[in-house]
Amino acid sequence: MIQAVIFYMLAAVVIASAVMVISARNPVHSVLWLILAFFNAAGLFLVAGAEFLAMILVIVYVGAVAVLFLFVVMMLDIDFARLRAGVVRNLPLGMLLGMTLVVELVLVAGAWQFGDLALVSRADPVAARPGLTNTEALGVLLYTDYVLFFQVAGLILLTAMIGAIVLTHRTRGGVRRQSAAAQARRTPGEAVALERPQVGAGVRTDEGVQ
Amino acid sequence: MIEAIVFLPLVGFLVAGIGNRAIGNTAARTVTTALMFVSCALSWMVFVRQAGGEGPYEVELATWFTSGTLSVNWALDVNTLVAVMLVVITSVSALVHLYSWGYMAEDPSQPRFFAYLSLFTFAMLMLVTADSIVQLFFGWEGVGLASYLLIGFWYGKPSARAAAIKAFVVNRVGDFGFSLGIFALFLLFGTLDIDSILAAVPSQAGSRLDFLGHEVDALTLIAVLLFIGAMGKSAQLGLHTWLPDAMEGPTPVSALIHAATMVTAGVFLVCRLSPLFEAAPAARDMVTYVGAATAFFAATVALTQTDIKRVIAYSTCSQLGLMFVAAGVGAYGAAMFHLFTHAFFKALLFLGAGSVIHAMHHEQDMRFYGGLGRHIPWTFAAMTVGTLAITGFFYTAGYYSKDGLIFAAYVRGTEPAIVALVVALATSLLTSFYSWRLVFLTFFGAPRWAGSPHIAHAAAHDSHAAAHATADPIAGYHPHESPPSMMVPLALLSVGALLAGFLFHEAFIGVPGFWRGSIAYDPAFYARLHEVPLAIHYAPTLVMALGFLLALQLYVRQPGSAAGWAAAVPTVYRFFQRKWYFDELYEALLVRPARALGRLFWVRGDQGVIDRFGPDGLSALVGEGAGLARRFQSGLISFYALMMLVGIAGFMTWLMVHG
Amino acid sequence: MIGIGHFLVVSAILVVLGVLGIAFNRRNIIVILMSVELMLLAVNLNLVAFSATLGDLTGQVFAMFVLTVAAAEAAIGLAILVIYFRSRGTIAVDDVRQMHG
Repeated sequence: MIQAVIFYMLAAVVIASAVMVISARNPVHSVLWLILAFFNAAGLFLVAGAEFLAMILVIVYVGAVAVLFLFVVMMLDIDFARLRAGVVRNLPLGMLLGMTLVVELVLVAGAWQFGDLALVSRADPVAARPGLTNTEALGVLLYTDYVLFFQVAGLILLTAMIGAIVLTHRTRGGVRRQSAAAQARRTPGEAVALERPQVGAGVRTDEGVQ
Repeated sequence: MIEAIVFLPLVGFLVAGIGNRAIGNTAARTVTTALMFVSCALSWMVFVRQAGGEGPYEVELATWFTSGTLSVNWALDVNTLVAVMLVVITSVSALVHLYSWGYMAEDPSQPRFFAYLSLFTFAMLMLVTADSIVQLFFGWEGVGLASYLLIGFWYGKPSARAAAIKAFVVNRVGDFGFSLGIFALFLLFGTLDIDSILAAVPSQAGSRLDFLGHEVDALTLIAVLLFIGAMGKSAQLGLHTWLPDAMEGPTPVSALIHAATMVTAGVFLVCRLSPLFEAAPAARDMVTYVGAATAFFAATVALTQTDIKRVIAYSTCSQLGLMFVAAGVGAYGAAMFHLFTHAFFKALLFLGAGSVIHAMHHEQDMRFYGGLGRHIPWTFAAMTVGTLAITGFFYTAGYYSKDGLIFAAYVRGTEPAIVALVVALATSLLTSFYSWRLVFLTFFGAPRWAGSPHIAHAAAHDSHAAAHATADPIAGYHPHESPPSMMVPLALLSVGALLAGFLFHEAFIGVPGFWRGSIAYDPAFYARLHEVPLAIHYAPTLVMALGFLLALQLYVRQPGSAAGWAAAVPTVYRFFQRKWYFDELYEALLVRPARALGRLFWVRGDQGVIDRFGPDGLSALVGEGAGLARRFQSGLISFYALMMLVGIAGFMTWLMVHG
Repeated sequence: MIGIGHFLVVSAILVVLGVLGIAFNRRNIIVILMSVELMLLAVNLNLVAFSATLGDLTGQVFAMFVLTVAAAEAAIGLAILVIYFRSRGTIAVDDVRQMHG
């Protein structure tokens, strides 16, 4: 009984915040609404018995991704005044489209015969070994049957990291850096030169008269 | 022999037409003229043989087509009537070819001109020697084509182009009647061979045909329909409007086609089918009335014209009317005789006028002539001979032929004939008057060409004239005679105009045995021509003298008094001058509605419907479709995503409904 | 009682909201990225719900991988956004229309 209440509450908030995400004027507000949606989605995961995933959702999504969003939004120095009013055009069309898709998805889903979810009472959905927590059960599966996918996921993250750095890296002009190899390669002949300047004439170097 | 006569002009046409600029002016005109003269010589030989007693014969050429019971072949008939026409056509054509050497000497398209002249002659010869009426129609259309080409010879001029089209279209109306006549002929006789038809006429007298829902006498119907064709070709009242405008063509063309030969094709047709017309008295009456009306109408208009060629053109129209009067009263011999003599003196008048025009640097308005008798005496002599002939001065060709047909009308005595007689006499009076008016205005009196733009243009070329300049009444311009190539034909035609009547009147309208069945000929009828009462005998001469004196008074003794007479009856004068408003009538009644209809079909039908639903519509549709499709390339990703969404939604819906 | 149907309905609604956010967004590009995250969240919810119904942990494992990829994609997407902003100075969606026909 109480599950139903919690479920409906969480679901309502998720949906409401999703609506606000896409319709908020200010991008920062959008991100904040997104964070709220993530939190409530984590709650829904808990209702379904996926504790580990729920926590991961909070840690990774909210803690990393949403914060990243916030960083970028704030860093970009967006001129809010210049942002277009963004009145959603074709609102009726959007409503119609949305309605249609939802109805169809639900119809399709409804054609299946499901049993009730055995929710929180089923602490351990894995049939393999009883007595494990959800996390442990996931670990057992992940590092044995899906270890290769795990590795590949790691590679994906690595690629993403490199990609992000490469994309946004800027070479600033006027920054002097040391090139160790060049330093080591230098010969005395090119390091020191003897000059006999006239008095008051100065010495010409690569950077102009000194 | 007859094949050579008919086909040598065709060879000339092909040589000059295909050779064109490649063979040059001299070669083109020499070849065509030489071939023409050969054809002419051969024609005279044929004529002499036919006149001397050789009977009619037929020369088969080739088969043409057979369709069911209808069989038409190419063949040439020769009889007296045909021989007369051969002589007329080839002689006048040969002389016109020669005359054109001088007249068209400065024209840039001479080969084309001579080619068309020869083409015309060929078509006309095919017409007269036709054995079947379809072949005659072939020649009929051929001369119509040649007339169009020659009227519009100077196709750079819009008025020439318009005149050529007018001639062709008006002829077309007549040709429609002719075609219906041919169909009726086949329906009744089952054959289109002329001699067979004429032989079968007595057996078909009284038969009836169904026409437009009414039963009518077949022979009358056929005769009327064929006469409508003749009306078109011979410019009779109603279908005459093209003839004055045809003067846009060069003067040799006017002489050949619109005086001597093509316009006489209608008369020839009636005479060739004379047994048919003899069996249809109602049709003959129609012919008489139409001919008389035309003669009178044209003569009244000719009184008021100032363009020298127009006067002669209306004169032709009038004389053709008289020929039809003669045919209508049954005197086919007289009609052919007048055709024969008319060819000579009308060609002479036209070529003489051409000489005047040539001397006056292409000025054609007689108000700018005057006193030319001193400057171009030979032309003056030729024109005078021609005028004497046309008015019927004693013993000239016209005297015999015109008096002949007036007597015939009297002898026939029927009501239409007497009406025609009176009209013919009135017409003769008017003819004499305007013919002498032309001569007096052109050759007598003081020179009036100072104000002419053509003369001013000519004088500008002449530095000697510039010295005389302004107040000189002749503007320093001295007209001079034409070259011999133009004067020789004039001389020959003058001889013909003077002697043709005297030499041939016995044969044409006197002695039986000349025509030998080629036309319907009643010897007793023609014998009575010599027994007309004195009043009738001298009536034509009387009116001729009257006309002469009147013209003398108005144009020589008191020059300028004509204007006073014109001012006294302004409405009548304007009525005559505007050609009885026929052109305006046709313009309002036929041309404007036709043009409006054409425009309607063009704009609403062709453009509005066919183009709109066809090519233009398709291309517009493609364009609009492309424009519509372009709206999908907005460049906005959100829009593309939306489209994907719509696609997915649609696909899913379809799956769920049909799945 | 709460059945899988409920979860699926919620998931469906979230997905549709995400799609609408992409398709009917005129504000800025960040909203697009966030809509993608919404959709991925909906997918995860779906996977977890089925995992709970069928008693198979594979769904949750899959959901973890989805999470991984979503994070990576968000990072790259934001990096691109940063570059875009550097060159354009604005993140208005309507300015990205050089493929306009």
